[in-house]
Amino acid sequence: MPGEHSSKQYDQDLEDIRSKVLLMGGLVESQFLAAVTCFRTGDAEQAEQVIKADDAVNRLEVSLDDTCSHLIVKRQPTANDLRTVMATIKVITDLERVGDEATKIARIAKNMHDRGTVGTLTHYETVRVIANCASEMLHDALDAFARLDQNQATRLIAQDEVIDHEFRSIMRNAITYMMEDPRTISAALDTLWVAKAIERIGDHAKNIAEYVIYVVEGKDIRHTDYASVKLEQNG
Amino acid sequence: MMNNEMSVSAAKSAVKNPTIETTGLNFYYGNFLGLKNVNLKIHEKKVTAFIGPSGCGKSTLLRTFNRMYDLYPGQRAEGKIMYGGRNILDQGQDVNMLRAKVGMVFQKPTPFPMSVYDNIAFGVRLYENLPKGEMDERVEWALNKAALWGEVKDKLNKSGLSLSGGQQQRLCIARGVAVKPDVLLLDEPTSALDPISTAKIEELIDELKQDYTIAIVTHNMQQAARCSDYTAYMYLGELMEFGETDQIFMNPGRKETQDYITGRFG
Repeated sequence: MPGEHSSKQYDQDLEDIRSKVLLMGGLVESQFLAAVTCFRTGDAEQAEQVIKADDAVNRLEVSLDDTCSHLIVKRQPTANDLRTVMATIKVITDLERVGDEATKIARIAKNMHDRGTVGTLTHYETVRVIANCASEMLHDALDAFARLDQNQATRLIAQDEVIDHEFRSIMRNAITYMMEDPRTISAALDTLWVAKAIERIGDHAKNIAEYVIYVVEGKDIRHTDYASVKLEQNG
Repeated sequence: MMNNEMSVSAAKSAVKNPTIETTGLNFYYGNFLGLKNVNLKIHEKKVTAFIGPSGCGKSTLLRTFNRMYDLYPGQRAEGKIMYGGRNILDQGQDVNMLRAKVGMVFQKPTPFPMSVYDNIAFGVRLYENLPKGEMDERVEWALNKAALWGEVKDKLNKSGLSLSGGQQQRLCIARGVAVKPDVLLLDEPTSALDPISTAKIEELIDELKQDYTIAIVTHNMQQAARCSDYTAYMYLGELMEFGETDQIFMNPGRKETQDYITGRFG
């Protein structure tokens, strides 16, 4: 972080926002991990907890939005402070969505448990790689945001390709299963929905990484090939 | 294609017609160096804001543009200030003509102790000999330009000092405009005014830049962000950064600028 403000309270306000974002990030991260776990085990009780945990995430989103509005009206932030506040408002939207995706996964896990389809088609194996990849990405994105590390953010943005690729191959796989044996359709669709939710979480992590670049460099790199060009330059 | 884009962005940031251009400008208060090698272009018909902590030289720089400092012994400027094709620091420069073309408004309203009408007419009479009818028109025109006509048209014979602070400041701007200058220098024109008068002056600045080149010194960062096209950040007599206002406030190039505008200074 750059030097301190003449107003200590301003520093405190910004620090409060930052730590609340990281708290929210931590909640969402464990929500996602728990959702994937109950998808693997079919633990209906844990799935219920994941769904309930979304309330806390939603409340944090609302409260953080409010804190940011207050900071803007009181301090009229400029330059890196302004970019931090703008990025925060966007980051929490993405985090809230990640929470929603985790909830979706937990719901599907619960349904599968209720219908007794857990274990069909080695359903967890199918999404294991993409789930690990997305959870790592989410973790690194929050880490890059906490440390304002634009290099880590750049690498992450490129990593989203891997997840997208993995999702396409899961989809081809599922189609093959469904064509061979129509009785697998419902389980294959469930797995596909989960894979899609995980793929979206990767996208949200990528967005967070893009905001890190915005805060640090002042460049809005959304919808550009910034990351691939940058990585090529650095070899 | 690439070339085209480059030239467009270059043209955007390049100064088309600088009204004032300083090169290697140094300024001395006796032995104290108040401005150090300032190189700057003031864009035509744009608003350029000067920001920086107290004593950084922003008012000093403004005062060189119409040689206001000449009035004080021991103060001198070196280097070049090009305006209208000549160096105004040259010995032969007619400073009265210069000050008619480069007008100035100060922090505290400074109406003359005379009627509203004469406050405007006084300056005009120094440079032009207008018949009564034309002078009336000029006074009305100037008061209109300063967005004051509606409020004072029925009290043109009242003393300028009887107006409110905000009205007095607009009267001073009208006085500056009345002699038809090219450039208006505003030295913290709203720091002694209430928010409503401030908003009126800021709106006025926006109107005036259609016809005039404006340079404004302000301690109010938001004011610089709101009403200027270009911003210059000064510190300890040096021009630290100059750029488009949007860029300076969103993503300044230098850490010193960022520290100042985000309130991390000293």
